[in-house]
Amino acid sequence: MLDRVSSAALDTFVASDQPLLIADGLSKRYGRIDACRGVSFELFPGEVLAIVGESGSGKSTLLQMLSGQMTPSAGRVSYRMRDGVLRDLAELGEAERRLLLRTDWGFVHQDPAQGLRMAVSAGANVGERLMAIGWNHYGKIRSVASDWLERVEIDTGRIDDAPRTYSGGMRQRLQIARNLVTDPRLVFMDEPTGGLDVSVQARLLDLVRSLVAELGLAAIVVTHDLAVARLLSHRILVMKSGRVIETGLTDQVLDDPREPYTQLLVSSILPA
Amino acid sequence: MYVAVKGGERAIDNAHRLLADARRGNRDVPELTLDQISEQLALGVDRVMSEGSLYDRELAALAIKQARGDLIEAIFLVRAFRATLPRFGSSEPVDTGAMAVRRRISSTFKDIPGGQILGPTFDYTHRLLDPQLAESGDPAEPATAEASDAPTPRVTDILRQDGLIEESPVAEDDSAVGDLTREPLNFPAGRDLRLQNLARADEGFLLALGYSTQRGYGRNHPFAGEIRFGDVEVFFEAEDAGFAVPLGSVALTECQMVNQFKGSATEAPRFTRGYGLAFGQSERKAMSMALVDRALRAQELGEDVKAPAQDEEFVLSHSDNVQATGFVEHLKLPHYVDFQSELGLLRKLRAEFNQDQPELREAAE
Amino acid sequence: MTEATYNFAYLDEQTKRMIRRAILKAIAIPGYQVPFASREMPMPYGWGTGGVQVTASILGPDDTLKVIDQGSDDTTNAISIRKFFAKTAGVATTTSTPDASVIQTRHRIPETPLHEGQVLVYQVPIPEPLRYLEPRETETRRMHALAEYGLMHVKLYEDIAKFGHIATAYAYPVKVAGRYVMDPSPTPKFDNPKMDNCPALQLFGAGREKRIYAIPPYTQVVSLDFEDHPFTRYRQDGCCALCGADDSYLDEIVTDNAGTRMFVCSDTDYCEGRRAEGHTGSETTPMESAHA
Repeated sequence: MLDRVSSAALDTFVASDQPLLIADGLSKRYGRIDACRGVSFELFPGEVLAIVGESGSGKSTLLQMLSGQMTPSAGRVSYRMRDGVLRDLAELGEAERRLLLRTDWGFVHQDPAQGLRMAVSAGANVGERLMAIGWNHYGKIRSVASDWLERVEIDTGRIDDAPRTYSGGMRQRLQIARNLVTDPRLVFMDEPTGGLDVSVQARLLDLVRSLVAELGLAAIVVTHDLAVARLLSHRILVMKSGRVIETGLTDQVLDDPREPYTQLLVSSILPA
Repeated sequence: MYVAVKGGERAIDNAHRLLADARRGNRDVPELTLDQISEQLALGVDRVMSEGSLYDRELAALAIKQARGDLIEAIFLVRAFRATLPRFGSSEPVDTGAMAVRRRISSTFKDIPGGQILGPTFDYTHRLLDPQLAESGDPAEPATAEASDAPTPRVTDILRQDGLIEESPVAEDDSAVGDLTREPLNFPAGRDLRLQNLARADEGFLLALGYSTQRGYGRNHPFAGEIRFGDVEVFFEAEDAGFAVPLGSVALTECQMVNQFKGSATEAPRFTRGYGLAFGQSERKAMSMALVDRALRAQELGEDVKAPAQDEEFVLSHSDNVQATGFVEHLKLPHYVDFQSELGLLRKLRAEFNQDQPELREAAE
Repeated sequence: MTEATYNFAYLDEQTKRMIRRAILKAIAIPGYQVPFASREMPMPYGWGTGGVQVTASILGPDDTLKVIDQGSDDTTNAISIRKFFAKTAGVATTTSTPDASVIQTRHRIPETPLHEGQVLVYQVPIPEPLRYLEPRETETRRMHALAEYGLMHVKLYEDIAKFGHIATAYAYPVKVAGRYVMDPSPTPKFDNPKMDNCPALQLFGAGREKRIYAIPPYTQVVSLDFEDHPFTRYRQDGCCALCGADDSYLDEIVTDNAGTRMFVCSDTDYCEGRRAEGHTGSETTPMESAHA
């Protein structure tokens, strides 16, 4: 594990004994169907948590509740704001919740078209969050946007092009830059590599791993791909039929799964 | 020497005079009377009353005459007049089950209590131009029969007895019915306001949207449960009297669509409803309205909202032909000032472009 | 059928009261779009029904009304609205900006500075400044409520990235009293600075869209921009060919089939006033202008 996580990130991880986000008994019912049942965990600053499971296991529902986009049928999500106070998401006003979503949080969608403005230039896509919090100097916004394009390995000569002219991999990297420009402390990712070619996936994962480490970001990554979980995460939750059936350090769970279902999942992939 | 354009006032006065003359047409031809319009162009009158939201045949006929037969212009005239009328209150809901039926059909059952009554309809005519109508001459007297006392229960009420169709939503006693001519429409709108909007909506717009649902853009598997046209008595709860007094009767067309519904995790499969109501004999309008009403209930019924007809904001914001025609036609008004700004900007941009890329300019030349 | 009779200034008193309530609310929350139950008017939507309803609601028998369209008192729509109120309210009308107590306008703010006690009523086609960025009313209302105006700046950013400067020539968005972003109606951006700290009350009526908004007297109105790309006014280079004004917004007139052009003041009252004072342009002599 040490070889994959920078020591700086590990320092934050170890030094913070107070959790950043707490999920407590999260459940969601649709009619008679339990999409998610009694999920609880704590996430610490700088920690990357993977939520894995097949489609229909409830992992996307869980992510929606964690990121405040869906109200749980029972249970709650608490988040430690920048002032150190732990707040129940359900008690935040809409203005506070939206501010959180566009400053201290990031959300990387599987489909970049959902997270980007496809008809607006890359520079404006990255700059939007800055403008939303009051930046009012075109030159500065542009230079920060340009820096971020470089960091996500997009040719800055493409800064005035709209993402609809970008390849799939570039779009996903642009979406990441757009999310990270406000120095969030927590990023949600929903199948970030889904829909990309294998070679493109590898490059993106590499980039995400180094950014997360460098910035000391906490992240919650939903994926059906155990290779993604192994490469990015410190800790893992395995979900089946709306329940967490196994949890632990990623390497431990993937190298020595206890639950038969997890064993099945692990055996069905190539070793990472 | 140039003199800035003046004399608009006289131009307008003269244009109005010319319009009045054009309206009258050849003065050797007898002038139309309101009775003629009301009696012989009755369906046009019905449409103007419906979309004008004012039940008055004479005023609607006048509007059609004044508008030279342009029905949207006539609707506009009626609306503008309606807006000036004082409001005393709302009538009691009309009981269409007690309608004195002139026409009534169901496409869901071969026979229904009270019977199918074809009435005056184009439905089964052959669409052949009739040269005889170009001549004057009275048609044969209609065949008549004694009015039947047999009740004509609504087809949806029959389905309801078996629980096969959803209950009609019943308003809570203290909830006032919305009125978008008194309060601006907000989204999401309640069904009362949606129905009011659709009742006033342009027939052509609703027809196209209803049609689009049949062609797969928001399919909802409709059956014409019942279409009925006839006269209904209107009652008004007079506060002083303490009881409802009859105001007279109005001719209405009502359409109740019966739509398939697959059910959900919490609800058994059953039929759902789409509702249409219009003044006079306006079947196309009432049917289209019922299709669109049902389409707009997609979200409430847990269906995907994908098609234009299901998009409440889209439908309700663009359904009103008086609003639509105003905004489209206002492009005729002068826009000199805006155009001047655009012209200035365009010239500036072109100058800058040519400055930056002289080689392109040369190439173009 | 009895002939229909109409109330003073056409609208019934109940309707006027409802509109006045909306106006008061609009004044209390500068720049906020107040929904109101717009009536069908005897002129079409798009012809200024919002402005007409606002004017009808505030007009009293002692008022003096001026109506302009494109800056001019003599364009067809201005004449039609002026005649409407002269007929239904019997109020005095004028073409003089300083003499008017109520000025209804489409697309311009008069050149002559307004004074205290005057009301400028704008006709507004699309009141929502965010409409072309976000089509949904539900979403734009939320954006206003939360003062989320990042999207507006995205648009301005895009302009600069594409053209080197903000490419909005009219209906240039402003922020009112430091809170609401507002559409000034399709006036050229040349007029924007006149809205700031204006002694007159400014009312905006959108009939088809059923919204009223306001800028109270002496309110801060700032045109949106970037620190390093500040808002600039635009006016055509040159002077009015009739009165020689070099500070007014100009209309371009094509004078012959060969495409010869000349520029004249868009504000006809301003132009006539200057000519009466003896100012001349390239196309006039003082004698002629005095009788124009």
